[in-house]
Amino acid sequence: MERGHEPGEAIDGFRLVEQLPSGGMASIWRVSRDGADMPMLMKLPLLRPGEDPVTIIGYEVEQMVLPRLSGPHVPRFIAAGGFERPYVVMEFVDGPSLKSLLEKTPLPPDEVARIGAKIAFALHDIHRQHVIHLDLKPSNVILRGENAVLIDFGLSRHDQLPDLIQEDAGGPVGTGAYIAPEQVLGDRGDPRSDLFALGVILYFLATGKRPFGEPQHADSWRWRLWWDPPPPRALNPSVPPWLQEIILRCLEVDPEARYATAAQLAFDLQHPDQVNLTRRAARLRREGICTTAWRWMRRPRNRPTQQRRALTRYLADAPIVLAAVDFEAGHESVNEALAQAVRRVLATEPNARLACINVLKIARLTLDKLEDSEGRNPHLGRLAELKHWARAIPVAPGHVTYHVMESTDPARQLIDYARHNRVDHIVIGASGGSRLRRRLGSVSAHVVADAPCTVTVVRSSGGETSSGEREHT
Amino acid sequence: MWIGLFSDIHANREALEATLAHARRAGISHFVFLGDYVGYGADPAFAINTVMREVEAGAVALRGNHDAAIAVGTGGMNSVAAEALDWTRPRLDSSQREFLAGLPMTFEDGPRLFVHASANDPEHWEYITSIESASRSFLATDAQATFCGHVHVPQLYHLSSTGKIAGFQPVQSVEIPLLPQRRWLAVLGAVGQPRDHNPAACYGALDTERNALTYVRVPYDNETTARKIRQAGLPELLSRRLIEGT
Repeated sequence: MERGHEPGEAIDGFRLVEQLPSGGMASIWRVSRDGADMPMLMKLPLLRPGEDPVTIIGYEVEQMVLPRLSGPHVPRFIAAGGFERPYVVMEFVDGPSLKSLLEKTPLPPDEVARIGAKIAFALHDIHRQHVIHLDLKPSNVILRGENAVLIDFGLSRHDQLPDLIQEDAGGPVGTGAYIAPEQVLGDRGDPRSDLFALGVILYFLATGKRPFGEPQHADSWRWRLWWDPPPPRALNPSVPPWLQEIILRCLEVDPEARYATAAQLAFDLQHPDQVNLTRRAARLRREGICTTAWRWMRRPRNRPTQQRRALTRYLADAPIVLAAVDFEAGHESVNEALAQAVRRVLATEPNARLACINVLKIARLTLDKLEDSEGRNPHLGRLAELKHWARAIPVAPGHVTYHVMESTDPARQLIDYARHNRVDHIVIGASGGSRLRRRLGSVSAHVVADAPCTVTVVRSSGGETSSGEREHT
Repeated sequence: MWIGLFSDIHANREALEATLAHARRAGISHFVFLGDYVGYGADPAFAINTVMREVEAGAVALRGNHDAAIAVGTGGMNSVAAEALDWTRPRLDSSQREFLAGLPMTFEDGPRLFVHASANDPEHWEYITSIESASRSFLATDAQATFCGHVHVPQLYHLSSTGKIAGFQPVQSVEIPLLPQRRWLAVLGAVGQPRDHNPAACYGALDTERNALTYVRVPYDNETTARKIRQAGLPELLSRRLIEGT
């Protein structure tokens, strides 16, 4: 592969159309093939003598990982060459790179949150498919319609396949501005490393500055183990406390202190009013010298030695649980059983997040009054009821949110909400056994039929058609 | 083409039947047996007859150290293995003994090499349990992929184009692409006596077109096998380890 390529040249049935700019690890071409139904690109690794071995290893990783990934957040894998002629052909993702937005920074907070949630959903999607990206940065994110698409999986790790990078690289591998502290220590198995990199991106989008600069040498990457960047609000006072809270939580040195999953991060980015504000939100300057010195002394020095959790466990331990509560008459006893069932679900999953939801059924979307006869917003009363219902569920403040919505079709509303927020488990009370209910159709039956996740339907033990809990997956 | 890779059956009838049936259900019709049909278990004649039948139908069978020890004796083996082989020998007829004695040590199929223990001096029966022993095997062959058994613990070593060797513990049922830019050494688990704390029988499923290997685990009726070993008067340890997978 030492010689250059020319437009018009054919490689295994793919015709080179146009060379695209690349980072120097590979030459990248737009390619075409008869009958192809999508735009494609071909990556040809540069196998020159003396080339950094990570180049060829990264090519191998991409060849191994990309065919395992599917969905709207990754380019589709099309073909790979053999030993004699190494290449990878994949879908060409058309859209602006996130890098093109950097010159417009700082962006407004809602824009930062909107982009951040898209990237978080993309990360959650690949994490669910056993892959950690480990080189997330603006040039590896393409915004295509409603989705962020992640590209360049050359440094990624598939949880169930050999980690070729770990074996070959002498030290940490990544991009200086974005690499997570545990990656600096050689740990390549934590999906929350991608959340740190996303935190760096959010910081950059919100302030126009990179929190750790752009250190080129691995030696200086260790700084981030004890040196905290200035809080975003110190650089840009228009950053609201909730956004600073989210960004600084992503940038925590200890992965345990970050969001448990990308889906939980996306949840906060989509519900700014529900972000649990801590000391992080209020800070206006860097930690003092004493704290920094303390952090330096206590910094982790080696990669964690404890048994590595499987990637799927990280996600399974931190689900988003939706409790659908109905306050219509006749639901009192089932609501008690519902609280009991939610307690049980949360008891086994300490990092779970609970979203308590009450959907008000309305006749039509636009003509209903937004106030009751005394001029109060009916949602406030419902919100109080919802919080009152949840008081018996032991859950940390940052782990629970309350939502009252209105809809002409409550079941559809719950299903859409679950899909939009990557909910893992819906717990819902059965609609009761009255003849009227059966005639009107049951919300829980509709949710069971169409939900994108596990659904537990709860009945009260004294109910007319008592049958305990039923779980559908 | 799919090839079923069966190693270390060790006279375990129930495991052999379960894995063969599993492979056939999965559409596998070609087989390579990587040796050690006898020893430890109570059904040596059944194991040999089954493999003989498969060989007549086109399968390849290689020789393992326990198979060789039927003819040449148990020198160098531990006492439990030696005791089991002394129990086995009189239970084989002459055609079965001849079959074992006539087995080849290695089989080459294009870029692939099959051997019981190691490509490095196969009759030395070296265990591949470390980067060092894996590197000796890599050095002894040009094959892009070597498949062996002998250790009873699944492991997959790979040698990069930069000369680095690493080991990987395969995840069951997950297909691993044997990428063309590196060389591979697949230590298959045991059909008849797994020792990786998972008592399910193990075999390899190799897709030669896509050059991808899957380590398959098949739970089988190991309680019956363990009981037969006890009833045969073989050492108790051999019975217990099938239940625990040790």
